[in-house]
Amino acid sequence: MGAEWFKETLTDSRLHDALWRQFLFSGLVLLIEMPLGVGIALLMPRKGWGVSASLVTLALPLLIPWNVIGTIWIIFTRPDIGLFGAAINNLGIAFDHTASPLHAWITLMFMEVWHWTPLVALLAYAGLRAIPEAYYQAARIDGASAWAIFRYIQLPKMRGVLTIALLLRFMDSFLIYAEPFVLTGGGPGNSTTFLSIYLVKIAVGQFDLGPAAAFSLIYFLIVLLFSYLFFQALQNVGKGEDR
Amino acid sequence: MNSKLKTAVLIFYFILLLLPIYWMLNMSLQTNADILGGFSLYPSDPTLQNFTKILTDESWYSGYINSMIYVTMNTLISLFTALPAAYAFSRYRFIGDKHVFFWLLTNRMAPAAVFLLPFFQLYSTFNLIDTHIAVALAHCLFNVPLAVWILEGFMSGIPREIDETAYLDGYSFPRFFIMVFIPLIRAGVGVTAFFCFMFSWVELLFARTLTTTEAKPIAATMTRTVSATGLDWGLLAAAGILTIVPGALVIWFVRNHLAKGFALGRV
Repeated sequence: MGAEWFKETLTDSRLHDALWRQFLFSGLVLLIEMPLGVGIALLMPRKGWGVSASLVTLALPLLIPWNVIGTIWIIFTRPDIGLFGAAINNLGIAFDHTASPLHAWITLMFMEVWHWTPLVALLAYAGLRAIPEAYYQAARIDGASAWAIFRYIQLPKMRGVLTIALLLRFMDSFLIYAEPFVLTGGGPGNSTTFLSIYLVKIAVGQFDLGPAAAFSLIYFLIVLLFSYLFFQALQNVGKGEDR
Repeated sequence: MNSKLKTAVLIFYFILLLLPIYWMLNMSLQTNADILGGFSLYPSDPTLQNFTKILTDESWYSGYINSMIYVTMNTLISLFTALPAAYAFSRYRFIGDKHVFFWLLTNRMAPAAVFLLPFFQLYSTFNLIDTHIAVALAHCLFNVPLAVWILEGFMSGIPREIDETAYLDGYSFPRFFIMVFIPLIRAGVGVTAFFCFMFSWVELLFARTLTTTEAKPIAATMTRTVSATGLDWGLLAAAGILTIVPGALVIWFVRNHLAKGFALGRV
């Protein structure tokens, strides 16, 4: 019986669609949030009251419960009463994320980047602050350019925090549920039905617990495999440069 | 890039970041009818009734108290277990250390719902359902691995010579660890404490399932704003604004630890 469940899961074409959608989503999330977060951390002040102000501002989106984020963005993106929707409509684009799959994706990406880039930025900033001043002094004596300082001092020294930031963002975006579920409900059509939303549809909506269990196991293995590959890659990249 | 341009770009980003939060504040100061009635950049007829309701109705404000209790417990437990673990991972080499380190993180890789039934059965056996410690311990599932990972990164950035110098100077291990080592990685401790607080604060599934009344968290109370007449947007937005406050205070308190980096020559 169990083997059939796996077979059923592996040949489910809607599942394959959800899987590719999920890879696209997580890939875009990582490509946007990692460079943006590091960039913001580099821009942040090193001393003065600006430090406190930046840190508190960055933390704000992270502290809102996830289901509330989705709900607030429903209003925020409504073309009639929301700032985001109204602003885009004023640019002359008929924006409606409940009708157009592309608009739904753009809205979700904005929400995701808004919500989680501060996590990458906070980690990267803490990592930057842990670099001893002596490294910068040595670089100044050598007349190193800003790019050289970034490439050969800051980036290698941030490897630890960037590894955890990358893995966290990969795992959490791959398991994302509450925000898209509340904001788009997986629609329009199936265009934002990510893996976890589809899993809940099978398990709770259709009550197919067997295939759902088989699917959860495969789901976990996919996350595990990719996290492991990322971890290994980041362990080995630039080895010997910074020890 | 010169520093003026840097500041301008940063301020532009912060304005974008604050817009949704401003909109939430805007909603929280209006009645439901005003929110749905039409677009307004600021509350035309501001009212504090949503905040009054939350701060005077016990079923609302007890949620904040419960959340704060279990989140604080969780942050302390996570830090105290993760500090020694992270030190071991950063300083000692043993068989399978890299693998154990990576596998710690697998707790975060499965959908949280998978762990619900085991937790529920375990806590029922020990009569822990609906207590604060139950939620605090359940959240350790994802917070301890995270804390170990972040702390290990910071600890590995500290040269080993500092440990050795401290021993030569006659420090005992506990004294070295508390007096010398932890101050050196306080940026890491600050950021770890904040992340433990944050992930425990926004988690809904465990917190809701493992509690009924006595330890019911605010995030679960907020799901009740759906009534027969639809969602009460104003009330939900006000509750959302209030959920930001405790975490903002936490980061305010750890900001100095975050901002002060590494200072050589302290040993």
